[in-house]
Amino acid sequence: MDASETARTIRFTLNGRPVTTTVESHLDLVDLLRRLDHFGARESCGQGLCGCCTVLVDGVAMSGCLTLAQLVDGRRVDAVEGLDRGGALSPVQQAFIDEGAFQCGFCTPGFVLMTHQLLERNPNPSEGEIRDFLAGNLCRCAAYPEIIRAVKSAASRMRASAAA
Amino acid sequence: MTIHRPLPAGQVGRSVPRLEARRKVTGRAEYVHNLVVPGMLHTKVVRSTVPHGRILSIDTAAAEALEGVYRVVTADDIRTVVPDPWYGPAFHDQPVLAIDKVRHVGEPVVAVLAEDPYVAAEAAQLVVVEYEPMEPVFDEIEAMTSTAVVHEVLKPAGTFPDLKHLVGRRDTNVALDYRLRRGDVDAAFAAADRVFEHEFKTQQVMHTPLEPMVSLAEPGDDALTIHTASQSPSFVRIEIARLLGWPENRVRVKVPYLGGGFGAKLYIKLEALVACLALLTRRPVKWSLTMEEQFYTITKHASTFRIASAVKDGHVTGRRCEVFWNGGAYADIGPRVTQKSGFTAPGPYDIDNVAIDSYALYTNRPPAGALRGFGIPQLVWAYESHTDLIARGLGVDPVAFRRRNILREGRPQATGTVLRDAAIEGVLDDIARRMDWDKPFDRGSGTTQRGRGIAVGFKASIAPTTSVAIVNVAADGSANLYLSTVDMGQGSDTAMAQIVAETLALRTEDVKVVHPDTDVTPYDMATLGSRSTFHAGNAVKLAAEHARDQIEALAKSLGLPPGSNYGPADLFKKKYGMQAGNIIGVGTYIPDYKSPAPETGLSDNVTPFWMVGGTGVEIEVDTETGHVRILRMVNACDVGRPLNPKIVETQISGAALMQLGFTMFENMDLDGGQVTNASLADYKIPGMHDVPDEIESLITEAEQHSGPYGAKGVGESATFGVSPAIANAIHDAVGIRLTALPLSPEAVFRALREAEGNTGTDAK
Ligand code: FES
Ligand code: FES
Repeated sequence: MDASETARTIRFTLNGRPVTTTVESHLDLVDLLRRLDHFGARESCGQGLCGCCTVLVDGVAMSGCLTLAQLVDGRRVDAVEGLDRGGALSPVQQAFIDEGAFQCGFCTPGFVLMTHQLLERNPNPSEGEIRDFLAGNLCRCAAYPEIIRAVKSAASRMRASAAA
Repeated sequence: MTIHRPLPAGQVGRSVPRLEARRKVTGRAEYVHNLVVPGMLHTKVVRSTVPHGRILSIDTAAAEALEGVYRVVTADDIRTVVPDPWYGPAFHDQPVLAIDKVRHVGEPVVAVLAEDPYVAAEAAQLVVVEYEPMEPVFDEIEAMTSTAVVHEVLKPAGTFPDLKHLVGRRDTNVALDYRLRRGDVDAAFAAADRVFEHEFKTQQVMHTPLEPMVSLAEPGDDALTIHTASQSPSFVRIEIARLLGWPENRVRVKVPYLGGGFGAKLYIKLEALVACLALLTRRPVKWSLTMEEQFYTITKHASTFRIASAVKDGHVTGRRCEVFWNGGAYADIGPRVTQKSGFTAPGPYDIDNVAIDSYALYTNRPPAGALRGFGIPQLVWAYESHTDLIARGLGVDPVAFRRRNILREGRPQATGTVLRDAAIEGVLDDIARRMDWDKPFDRGSGTTQRGRGIAVGFKASIAPTTSVAIVNVAADGSANLYLSTVDMGQGSDTAMAQIVAETLALRTEDVKVVHPDTDVTPYDMATLGSRSTFHAGNAVKLAAEHARDQIEALAKSLGLPPGSNYGPADLFKKKYGMQAGNIIGVGTYIPDYKSPAPETGLSDNVTPFWMVGGTGVEIEVDTETGHVRILRMVNACDVGRPLNPKIVETQISGAALMQLGFTMFENMDLDGGQVTNASLADYKIPGMHDVPDEIESLITEAEQHSGPYGAKGVGESATFGVSPAIANAIHDAVGIRLTALPLSPEAVFRALREAEGNTGTDAK
């Protein structure tokens, strides 16, 4: 079938801004974001196994590589580029820097978004809970010990500022 | 932990966060993966479905007819731009697209181009290639004598003088045989009290950088720009210029950050094809591999290592090593692995009589190259398992036995090169101390048995290699560093900036590192083999000192007394009357080196420095399932003086965890040359749950006197000891010895049942 026959116009918000665009039925969310000059979500395994393509859809972390672009019609999409919208890094991003929780950085946006998701649901996770929640994200540089430390540190920063 | 205090000036030895940290956590770091160029075409290649076969026909008609396909390209088209399209760093044995025959499943045969990558992928499915299958060979031992010959004739590149004797050799799969003879090995074995002999094997694995390999070529007028996720921009420029018959300066190679490399992105990979396609189409062409395709592009050598030791009075007096490296269908850098790693095969022990034979073999598997350790992890796996078996055989504590035989400062290594600045004993001691080796150990009970193991290894640096650096001090005193070293996550940008800052008394954060761009940044051999800190680091230090000397000369020429506290900004202003001018410092570094003599393999200066790493583990074996759990892992390395302790520690734990994957579960399953698990679904790499409960990184007290500020490389060292330490611990826990990687639950389970006299057939 000709791709143009399956193209559809969709409307959604990307990091708080409304977007209207036409997408073919086979296009996935990572490719759509690339067309919109957002490169923080990256396709690596292309099979939902590594978490490099993590994007929040209506606040829920999804594998962008397995999400068809047409399905975000009418929804709220948040990509890593939105986290420092106000100019300041999020506490999670800052904790990742302070703990040195990455090497090449290719997996990092995925880990950062998943950590936000975790801490939203569980502000004080145990090490076991951190490992469980992040088990779907892979880091070939294996910065895992530092990532675990960064998550703990971000959690305590966020709890402290919530209490203040 | 023995961490050095920062040096007085404070830039070197300080745990500066990575300069690009902010870009990485916000998703804004640049990778070739993200690059889009106007008018760009995407290519998808059609890959061989047979491991060895003659190409009978290629039918591209259906693919060409698909709407949106721009062009379909075969080897005949490639020859119109590159008449002799064979490339490679050690041998010119790899065709840009297959010519006449294919040598492994997954070899690129046809390239399809389209503006839409989905169309290119669909069209690639429509190309029909017919093959006449030829007899394949997959095993490295069989390849020694098989009638199946992968390459009819050997074609070594001119670059390595020690490969010259191989030119024109026919009908052999042995791409290189390296031999070393020192002392009288036969006499040592004849006089021995005991002789120990074992064979160890490693499996084929893959780097799996999360940014899959990618290159993009843009044609210009009489010029070509290649944006590539490469660890060796200088080599890419030289090799593409050679293929095209162009001067080097018409090829521009640019490299931003890499999403991991680990050796996968070395020398020349996708660049030759994208260069040809861009010239053929006069359009920019991008080639992005999928994760699956990476498994058919470059891998780590599977190997077989036969090792025998003569022991007299508790000392190893002689050692014979025979190593067979499964290089796959194309040599890549395999012949260098065979030699450069081969000569350390007897291990870090003081052994007077040594014989080494190390063979690079062609087979019909996907090619193998360098992967974090350049062959060393395969060797350490064997010699440290073997060493442990000797100690057990003699009834001596494995650490005590190592101490008795260890190679100490001032003693000659197998090649005859005298050991300097290699804290082998220090690394062993740090691990043993940290693990309370001399204290009693809880050995578990019932079906949960506990054990511990230790292993140390060492590596020579690749030599002789050159690095050049340029430091440009601007009129306000800030500095740019121009360097072709690639930051693939190891933190070289930050470490190099620290060296500049230390030398010029700046803040590290005020040094900007200009990324590799061969039109701008000078030559650097490659970012590999943990060479950058030492080689590029020395070049950077020389460049910064050159700039500093000129600043001092400027002060003097302005009549300022030495030691006056004018900063560079004041000097420029005084000299030019305004904020203007530059000072350019240049540094070139190549260490002394003597190539091993062809007949004996000996050299009294075989490496500019030694890397040393070791691992100790405490593990638990479930005797009912064969599952091994790593409770604790201690990794120690001699890194000289750490330039950035925090980044060094991350490198140590990262390398050890990567090797943990290669040890416990990673394994390319091959069936008739086809990789049946070429996906992260079936080829598991370490995740959060694979990290040991406790993991420690130790920086052993040491100094590399010839290194920049006492430092040397660290990227690979923590891989060395992991595999044998775990196998030694399993032996310690349950009395079984595994001699092949990976140490899967199934392998442990079968060995346990076999030890009980039950082959485990009921459990199948
Ligand atoms: S690329 Fe989507 S999960 Fe790996
Ligand atoms: S930092 Fe490189 S993959 Fe995670």
